[in-house]
Amino acid sequence: MKRRIYLDHAATTPLLEAARLAMLEGFAAWANPSSPHATGREARALLEDARARIAAALGWDGHVILTSGASEALAIAIGRSTGDPVLAGATEHDAVLRHVPPPQRLEVDAGGHVLLPEELAGGTLVAVQQVNSETGVIQPLDAIAELIHAAGAYLLVDCSQSAGKLPLPKGADMIALSAHKLGGPIGIGALLLRDLGLLRPSGGQEQGYRAGTEAMPLARGFAAALEASRDWLADAADWRARLDGAIARAGGEVVAGGVPRLCTIGSYRMPGVSAQAQLIRFDMAGIAVSAGSACSSGSLRTSHVLAAMGWAESAASQVVRVSLGHDSRATDIDGFLAQWQALATGTR
Amino acid sequence: MIYLDYQATTALAPEVATAMTAVMDHYGNPNSAHRIGRTAAADVELARDRILAALGRGDGRLIFTSGATEALNIAILGAARSALAASPARRRVVTLATEHAAVLDTVLSLRHEGFEPVILPVGRDGLVDMEVAEAAIDERAALLAVMQVNNEIGVIQPVAQLGAIARRCGVPVICDAVQGFGRLAVPEADMIAITAHKIHGPKGVGALWLREGLDIPPLMHGGGQEGGLRPGTLAPMLCTGFGVAAQLAAERREADMAHVEALWTRARDLFADWRLNGSDEQRYHGNLNIRRGGLDAARLLSQLRTIALSLGSACASGTGRPSHVLRAIGLKDEQARGALRIGFGRYTTMDELEQAAALINEAAAIQRVAA
Repeated sequence: MKRRIYLDHAATTPLLEAARLAMLEGFAAWANPSSPHATGREARALLEDARARIAAALGWDGHVILTSGASEALAIAIGRSTGDPVLAGATEHDAVLRHVPPPQRLEVDAGGHVLLPEELAGGTLVAVQQVNSETGVIQPLDAIAELIHAAGAYLLVDCSQSAGKLPLPKGADMIALSAHKLGGPIGIGALLLRDLGLLRPSGGQEQGYRAGTEAMPLARGFAAALEASRDWLADAADWRARLDGAIARAGGEVVAGGVPRLCTIGSYRMPGVSAQAQLIRFDMAGIAVSAGSACSSGSLRTSHVLAAMGWAESAASQVVRVSLGHDSRATDIDGFLAQWQALATGTR
Repeated sequence: MIYLDYQATTALAPEVATAMTAVMDHYGNPNSAHRIGRTAAADVELARDRILAALGRGDGRLIFTSGATEALNIAILGAARSALAASPARRRVVTLATEHAAVLDTVLSLRHEGFEPVILPVGRDGLVDMEVAEAAIDERAALLAVMQVNNEIGVIQPVAQLGAIARRCGVPVICDAVQGFGRLAVPEADMIAITAHKIHGPKGVGALWLREGLDIPPLMHGGGQEGGLRPGTLAPMLCTGFGVAAQLAAERREADMAHVEALWTRARDLFADWRLNGSDEQRYHGNLNIRRGGLDAARLLSQLRTIALSLGSACASGTGRPSHVLRAIGLKDEQARGALRIGFGRYTTMDELEQAAALINEAAAIQRVAA
């Protein structure tokens, strides 16, 4: 059978072999890590080892609160924050935006960079993603962190897309992570905390900041995935450059082509062809790509990210996202580009 | 190691491990519209159907969560807020003194939103007094949260009778069925919280069943998964593990329960000179919570290096706090200090139980002599 071309790694990426093996080992030590008996303590030791390795792999020396994923990490960070009010960039993921009413959303420029208000009250919590899931745009977090801290405000960074691919932002007070975007299992993520005082505790496990029996095998898979080699990122950068160049030459438009973007994500507009039509044609050709984020892909809403960057709805509705991962190959890019060009010329 | 801590968690069933391993390669995001995403979505939906079948529910909806704690939080906070929004008089949140921390802490947290927690006492048998319940549940109640089987003492609450009172007053019933699911008949309730790892499934996945037509606001916000009630990418592997565990529990229920009954009968003999905590009759027989006067159970536990058992809930272990459940059934702190929770089930052999009982009784006798 012809290899299916999966270019939707920003939605989720295949489990790395190391993560798979780590989970299979973890399944054998199935006791409750909170049980005080020897079996429970064995599971606890494996859990704490995973936590330490997650921190070490990320170069993080603060607290690591394990959660069921980035959505929960963000819900805890925003919902239990001692910082107030909460502001967020207009291009943040829905997992952030739905906690933040429209008046508290910060505009972005045409390149997707968030614009901080002139006046920022001390104690404010500002949520900014490191990398946008739809466009790959990287926020200039060093500068953002400096401004936020100068005002006595706090910075929450959603690193769901960037963790394991870019170094963690240095100035973040809280960071939300998801394992399944970096080759780990779905069902686990983390909230990194510089200081426990940033949150009101909820009780339960995870030092009182997240209740529920800890899923140790998933934590082992998360750690193993973070420790895996990222050599493939150099290839991804070459391939993304090829995609950008070839699509621009063929009459397409590269979204945020002029600003620094994570090398695994590219979004492209095919003038005159709706994203829905493109997705169906690509899927029929055995190519998995997406229009916007997977979470909202069933809803056919126009991207809030492109709207915030000033795109007209007519143009935004012609954009498809391509995202690369550890098992991507040069032939995937060839296959996608051939199909893109056939579609663009065939329907003109 | 002899594992006698089935209320804390249960061993992953080999059938479940096999099923999860098989779908580890299904890497799509179930929300993605392309074929790989739809394969992942099919795994999730198959698991959902299997759990609904095990619940015996063709109606209502089942949403996946990260576990029972999250399911209970969604149910309690959502039901309370939606009851108050519909009627400003409904401010009382009724529950029992012996509930799990996931319920009690959530109910108490509602005080900050202007709700009045009403914690019903239980008798020495661990059962709620129906007259007290009748008096407490009226049109001022926003919800009733009651667990089917107590995690510490195994007592089975009269959920159906409590539910009848609640229904008369238009009060939704939330049932923590974590310990009973897959073992006992499914309770009558408007919302039911369950989790995979108590029925030989994986940790990290649970579910909330909601009666048809019931609408509550979500706790977390995000990508709109699970009808907007629970955001976050669903894990096909975990859902599959839960589905197979539920199916297996349903298929094996008669055999598993007969096995538990045989273990229970033997255990009652083996521990004949211990006192049972909570009702003997209204009880799940895979839980034997017993005590002995003058015993230091914590010390006994640390001496029994080849047996995994506990004093009470794993979540509260290590805190040194006396069990709120044993207090609620009227035990003094020194009585509660002498209590052990022995939990057994599908994979416990009669031989393991007998070996463990001999070791436990021996260690208890040595303590008595030393005293």
